[in-house]
Amino acid sequence: MPFRRKDLLGIQDLEIDEIEHILETALSFKEINERAIRKVPTLRGKTVVHLFYEPSTRTRTSFDIAAKRLSADTFSISASTSSLVKGETFLDTLKNLEAMRPDVFVIRHSASGTPHRLARRTSVSIVNAGDGTHEHPTQALLDMLTIRERKGRLDGLTVAIVGDVAHSRVARSNIWGLTRMGCRVVVCGPPTLIPPGVERMGVERAESVEEVVPCADVLMVLRLQRERQGQMLLPSMREYSMRFGVDARKLRKASKELLVLHPGPINRGVELSPDVADGPHSLILEQVTNGVAVRMAVLYLLAMRGEGGGENDP
Amino acid sequence: MDETADVLVLEGRVAEVGPFLDVPPDRLAGVEEIRLEGKWLTPGWVDMHVHLREPGEEYKETVATGARAAAAGGYAAVACMPNTRPVNDGATVTRFILERAREAGASRVYPVSAVSRGSLGEEMAEIADAREAGAVAVTDDGRPVASSRLMRHVLEYCRPLDIPVISHAEDLGLSEGGQMNEGALSTMLGLPGIPAAAEEIMIARDILLAELTGGRLHVAHVSTAGAVRLLREAKKRGIPVTAETAPHYFTLTEDLLSAYDAVYKMNPPLRTARDVEAIKEGLADGTLDAIATDHAPHSVLEKDTEFSLAANGVIGLESAMPLILELVREGLLTPMEAVAKVTCNPTRILGVPGGALKRGEPADIVVIDPLRRFVLNRDEFQSKSRNCPFHGREAQGRALRTVVGGKTVFSRM
Repeated sequence: MPFRRKDLLGIQDLEIDEIEHILETALSFKEINERAIRKVPTLRGKTVVHLFYEPSTRTRTSFDIAAKRLSADTFSISASTSSLVKGETFLDTLKNLEAMRPDVFVIRHSASGTPHRLARRTSVSIVNAGDGTHEHPTQALLDMLTIRERKGRLDGLTVAIVGDVAHSRVARSNIWGLTRMGCRVVVCGPPTLIPPGVERMGVERAESVEEVVPCADVLMVLRLQRERQGQMLLPSMREYSMRFGVDARKLRKASKELLVLHPGPINRGVELSPDVADGPHSLILEQVTNGVAVRMAVLYLLAMRGEGGGENDP
Repeated sequence: MDETADVLVLEGRVAEVGPFLDVPPDRLAGVEEIRLEGKWLTPGWVDMHVHLREPGEEYKETVATGARAAAAGGYAAVACMPNTRPVNDGATVTRFILERAREAGASRVYPVSAVSRGSLGEEMAEIADAREAGAVAVTDDGRPVASSRLMRHVLEYCRPLDIPVISHAEDLGLSEGGQMNEGALSTMLGLPGIPAAAEEIMIARDILLAELTGGRLHVAHVSTAGAVRLLREAKKRGIPVTAETAPHYFTLTEDLLSAYDAVYKMNPPLRTARDVEAIKEGLADGTLDAIATDHAPHSVLEKDTEFSLAANGVIGLESAMPLILELVREGLLTPMEAVAKVTCNPTRILGVPGGALKRGEPADIVVIDPLRRFVLNRDEFQSKSRNCPFHGREAQGRALRTVVGGKTVFSRM
């Protein structure tokens, strides 16, 4: 069953076929990004509004480039400069913008569940660009695309997610996606940063990076935010880096074909050492390239939902 | 006493109770006769934990609208919490609330005043003065009394005043930032969780302080299996602690939060099916003495918003009765046991009159049709607010008439 939903809110409810459909569509858009003229008229006349209540440069830019390459008109609203600062509710902001007849809202919000709540209240398609610590579906999709491109498959791979899983929407979306696609997923980090009951999402737990590296096909490294200090979760960034920072020494027993992924931005020297970030295992920049393709695919599938493809297809 | 009987009410008091009362005609002059075959007649119910929001948040509820909502729900009396604006931490606001209740002329309202000034948890409030003005208990509900030292002293101070100290049990360090029950679901939803331990730690602390001081402790809104276990053990040891739970804790679970609908957001949060079972066991074996709704009105502004920003609380005065009667239908409680949780037990804990249909008692009475089926519809409620987690639920058992001091304050007969 292809992806035909009104919104992309998360990976949790997606079927394998839907994930496949998005990844295939993304691959077909990838080629456009290598041309001399990186533009197709597919979404000409469509309007995409970025509603970023939580600040973001990379994700927003990625979505913006994706929309513009498809010839959509795009507009960005960020919380600090919007009427939200004047006390307008987020729903009011959305409704006001909805009255201007956009086709897609790309929403990032610090409160988990916000896109889900809003999707019920509008007929406009919503892409969740990250809600609180809940989901970040396009990130998981681009991660899956990246892994599959290199490995030829997802089914049967062992993926280790290392770091602050508790506060990571990237981790959650990837757990849903990778397990659905048949991967064995292991989470690894200090116990204070592994959320309660995470096994119920279908993952295993490892106590150390060294334990998980020898059997891993992919190492997905998560950012350790500076805010985690001062919350009684960890003694220091230094100790985190010693125990869980991914560096050459911890990768001593790694397979030569190990892939290292990171959603960015990297805290060099904390969760990832510079030599690994820039080294032969790293696919970090490929992730970013694939991100634009995935977002083009998602915008296309949502904005063209009623129209079943047509003369504007790439 | 569970029997078929007649009740004679004269001048606001119960004059006679008994089967086939033989009352001389001259005594019956001007007395309204109501036939109640098939109905239940119980003491007017008493909800010992409601929030009436006045003074300060009248847009959510007032003493008048709350008292009317209570009457419509079969309640002849409510005890209202002090987390108003300003906080009820003394005689002044206590008297104001009582005056408002008098004006409303619906259910009785017993103010509960604050443990500490402004409920800030630093200095003891003028408890005796508030008691003098009509307060029936003290609490900083909405917040815990974080300082063990203050809680100890308040338990000691209140002993000779013979009023209970009502504990909102929450370890703020553990609950900080929490939006729902902590567990696999909170992990999946990406919402910070409140572990059951946050409630249990403070209940354990308060039980030990009650033991130390001999003060009267009452634990509010019990929601976890561990809490029930602690209370059961404490009672076995003979510690004078009482406890209440709310209908949502024996009917709803955390799964309802999966769609991020803040109508189900409350504190303590909805827990797991295991906790619901334990709460029911606690009601059945007497560990939980009372059922109180924790009626917490909020407007659409506070609820229809981002989940993490939404206020905690649900209304409950007008949905409680059928939910409590469901426990009787399930066979968990006998009718007498269920009615005790909302009549003589709360009146005993609060030390207020009523709660019994006995000669000389105030005529606070409710007529219940235990078989009446209806659908809970928040738009028909007397309450000003609509944050009801039971909207649309099929219900059975409804108050037909609520009488306070012999005066009918609500009727749908």
